[in-house]
Amino acid sequence: MTLLLGSLQLGLLYGILAIGVYISFRILNVPDLTTEGSFTFGLATSAMCALSGHFVLGIVLSIFSGALAGCITGFLQTKCKIHPILSGIITMSGLYTINLAVMKNAVNVSLIGKTELFSYVMEKMPQLSRDTVKTALALIFALIVCIIIIRFFKTHIGLCIRATGDNEAMVSSSSINVDATKIFALAISNACVGLSGGLMAQYQGYADINSSVGILVVGLASVIIGEVIFGRRSVTIGIISAVVGSIVYRYIMALATATHIFPAFALKLVSACIVGIALSIPAVKEAAALSKIKKEAGNDAHN
Amino acid sequence: MLTINNAVKIFSQGTPNEHKALSGLNLHLERGEFVTVVGSNGAGKSTMFNAICGNFLLNSGSIFVDGQNITYMKEHKRAGFIGRVFQDPMKGTAPNLTIEENLALAYSRQKTGPFGAAVNKKNRDMFKEALSEFNMGLEDRMQTKVGLLSGGQRQVVTLLMCTLVTPKLLLLDEHTAALDPATAEKVMEITERIVDRNNLTTLMITHNLNSALRTGTRTIMMDSGNIILDVSGEERAKMTLDDLLNMYSLKKKEAFDNDRMLLS
Repeated sequence: MTLLLGSLQLGLLYGILAIGVYISFRILNVPDLTTEGSFTFGLATSAMCALSGHFVLGIVLSIFSGALAGCITGFLQTKCKIHPILSGIITMSGLYTINLAVMKNAVNVSLIGKTELFSYVMEKMPQLSRDTVKTALALIFALIVCIIIIRFFKTHIGLCIRATGDNEAMVSSSSINVDATKIFALAISNACVGLSGGLMAQYQGYADINSSVGILVVGLASVIIGEVIFGRRSVTIGIISAVVGSIVYRYIMALATATHIFPAFALKLVSACIVGIALSIPAVKEAAALSKIKKEAGNDAHN
Repeated sequence: MLTINNAVKIFSQGTPNEHKALSGLNLHLERGEFVTVVGSNGAGKSTMFNAICGNFLLNSGSIFVDGQNITYMKEHKRAGFIGRVFQDPMKGTAPNLTIEENLALAYSRQKTGPFGAAVNKKNRDMFKEALSEFNMGLEDRMQTKVGLLSGGQRQVVTLLMCTLVTPKLLLLDEHTAALDPATAEKVMEITERIVDRNNLTTLMITHNLNSALRTGTRTIMMDSGNIILDVSGEERAKMTLDDLLNMYSLKKKEAFDNDRMLLS
């Protein structure tokens, strides 16, 4: 039961990260490595604010810190014309120092004994159990983000972002400002990632400078698992499926570690394999189809 | 409406590949004129379009639309009042967006603001009505992704996207050249209808000399970055395909003679 609930909570909180990854990876069509820095940026900001007693401010600021990181990557990508992947790497590397500075040069910060969002709600509503509060809060945040983002992609600016990812040549010859659109999209994407980090800091009660190593792959795995379940359809379904994918991903990981299929330190390798295999499925299918055609043609020639 | 003054565009300036794509081009269009542009490959037709749309800046010269100097205006700002349809049907629409979303992309910014719902009941009805005029059955497929449409259907959607909000200037860059003859005919007919109804100032590049003379109100012929023939009114009405072809080869021959002189 603890395993089930724990995975659900983690899945929902990391689901917000998965939404952010979905926006950059599937909608904007650029794998954005900024994620690896902006997650810890949100995490560190939120933890430090909670440490000084302002846990709500911490969550709000984690959104803005993520958005800021996204803007910087967007600026490098569009105005400085640096390759999208490289732009992300540059921001991510720079953020490592920023994150250390935010955490006052400490590698990790503990919130034990401090009031954070989850313990605050538990105090206010003592009739509810620990797990109920945690699950409910995670669910509320995931739902709110889902609804806002789904609504957002139905607005005109949301449509512009989708078109930019879909056919950039068309958008650049239209009256839409491509650069501004891209920067805005990356800001939104990383705002989600930052919020996810900010919530995680207060959920687990500590912040670690290395929390975001490999986090992009976790996000990608969630997006892909979601697509396996729901298929690739509309953006609305895509966003929901990213969150569901994130929950399923957490279950798989929890089950695998609980049953000792692989040790906990192998998580990243397993995630990387999931993403690698899932992304190569189209190529494998194509090769299989081609070899089938060749084979049949060969048979015909013999008959 | 459109005035181009002494436009010069040189590519790869200062290298052995230097190429003068526009050499002192002058052009003036009155409001509501429908001008067809003919000329061989490399004559500078598309370069002229790119200059008007702002894909690059001119080396010298200026461009005015409706009295406003747009020589240094940014591309996406110009696109607000210049509609352009390319030869490649893939270029004008976003394949993974539905028909109504593509139309909303072109339409809703002025109407609903950046954070308003892009597709609502009111503009959906309006898109439907606009599409139904073309009798292509597109009005019943509003939720279909544009990537699933044929080239001709995509061009019609693009045309509609360019003209939903009436542009000051419409540029058609061989927009029927990639279509089969029957579809090309149909798209051309739709084009004329749209231009006529909105009294659009239009420039259309075509390699079909026949339709160049039949459509529109004026025809210009370009060669080596300049206009070598400009006919309208009665002169154009009397002109036959042969006259135009003769003119075409006459100019070509001149160029050829020059080459021969150079080589001998």
